[in-house]
Amino acid sequence: MEMRSPLARVRGLGSAKEGVEHWWVQRITSIALVPLVIWFIFSVPTLIGTDHAAFRIWISHHGNLVLMVLLVSTLFHHAQLGMQVVIEDYVHGKGTKVASILLVKLIAILCAVSSLIALLHVAFST
Amino acid sequence: MATQTNNRPLSPHLQIYRPQITSVLSILHRMTGVALAVGLLLLTYWLSAAAYGPEAFSRAQDFLGSWVGLLLLFTWTYCLFYHLCNGIRHLFWDAGWGLELQAIRASGIVVVAASLALTAALWISAFALEGTM
Repeated sequence: MEMRSPLARVRGLGSAKEGVEHWWVQRITSIALVPLVIWFIFSVPTLIGTDHAAFRIWISHHGNLVLMVLLVSTLFHHAQLGMQVVIEDYVHGKGTKVASILLVKLIAILCAVSSLIALLHVAFST
Repeated sequence: MATQTNNRPLSPHLQIYRPQITSVLSILHRMTGVALAVGLLLLTYWLSAAAYGPEAFSRAQDFLGSWVGLLLLFTWTYCLFYHLCNGIRHLFWDAGWGLELQAIRASGIVVVAASLALTAALWISAFALEGTM
């Protein structure tokens, strides 16, 4: 018999120990992504067909670099949280489910780190 | 016990359930989300190419400027605008606003119209600016 109150469960005291955190982080990242994505869309026209030198000048601007780093990290975090929910809903085998979630998370980390290091690399190269 | 089981609510059988604006836009939110996540691989390629130097970056730019690249970017921007607009709709629902059936239908139409208009505006301005920059 369940002895704990619903409040205790959502606080993260359940067997999964995470409560509403996944749902909540998905909302927080989505709120953060609204202005970041709008900023990025307005920046895109300046980047179409540009060469490496022009891209380097663009990313060397402090504001552009900061916003790109924030955009890329938030984007990958939000994407892997969303992919996890999709996999949990449609992949039914327990082993395949865990394996595909892990694979998605590893790919997300790899791509996020590669993108972030690339941004810093280009911005700080002379 | 058997009658109790029979009275329990069932999920709609998707194969015979008439698609409605609510259900169609809901699954579209998921599908565009997955497409955007896959598209992040392209973003990673583009940014990483910049770190590899001018040759790699210009190869990436050429690919994105080819018809395959443009088609991918066009699809990706539509998915982005749809997911962005519908995501804002979801945030309003989370705050408890606009949950009446009529409001849900109206906001759904607004989301579809806005995502189409924004995609068109972005690509028209991109092609208009291409010659000037």
